[in-house]
Amino acid sequence: MTDTHDVLFRTLGDPTRRAIFESLCRDGEQTVGALTARAGISQPAVSKHLGLLKQAGLVRDRQQGRQTHYTAQLGALAPLTDWTNQMARFWESRLDDLEDLLKRMDQ
Amino acid sequence: MNDTSLHTRTVTVEREFAHPPEKIWRALTQPHLIEAWLMKNDFVPAPHHRFTLRGDWGSVACEVLEIEPQRSLSYTWAALGLDSVVTWTLTPTASGTHLRMDQTGFQPGQDAAYNGARYGWNKFTAALDEVLGRLDDAANP
Repeated sequence: MTDTHDVLFRTLGDPTRRAIFESLCRDGEQTVGALTARAGISQPAVSKHLGLLKQAGLVRDRQQGRQTHYTAQLGALAPLTDWTNQMARFWESRLDDLEDLLKRMDQ
Repeated sequence: MNDTSLHTRTVTVEREFAHPPEKIWRALTQPHLIEAWLMKNDFVPAPHHRFTLRGDWGSVACEVLEIEPQRSLSYTWAALGLDSVVTWTLTPTASGTHLRMDQTGFQPGQDAAYNGARYGWNKFTAALDEVLGRLDDAANP
């Protein structure tokens, strides 16, 4: 679970990548060309960002003729929307600190 | 989204400590000790006492519900759209104490759920919230 969160945060931590992802969320499936026109960066740069988004499971690609179409995979965000996961991690880390404190209280 | 029970869930975290319940109880109820492992606070171990836990990401509004010294402690926990109750249960064991934390939460709606998702980190931007806000729309076209 930690790894999943790390990958999602790292992937969406980049503003350009996030903008691409948001564009796909907002406007549905798009080609690399269409995304490049909006992103204001080179097509290879957009492709690189799309590759990382794909690795994180945030987008899916579909080949049609010479064009690759990308779609946002909103389900990939599920780990971030589940407060129980967030809180479980939070409490585990707090209990680690509690354990340290209890040791210090002996001294 | 009218069936509120759909949003009620519980997080349980348990741990064995090689320390007696009395000591753990102190760590759970004395403000300077609570601060050392949880957050800054103005906790007082008295039913109905309202207190605030302050972290660098924001604060949690709490109210003490029940106290049974060295056995159990519960308080409300409201932060970032999550209304919940945290209950600590201490059980003596041969080697120390079994500590259990249950957090039962209620979220009034999807906005709260997305705010709850932000819990624990403060660098996530408003832009992603906007995206998260469309999750349900996309899931239920």
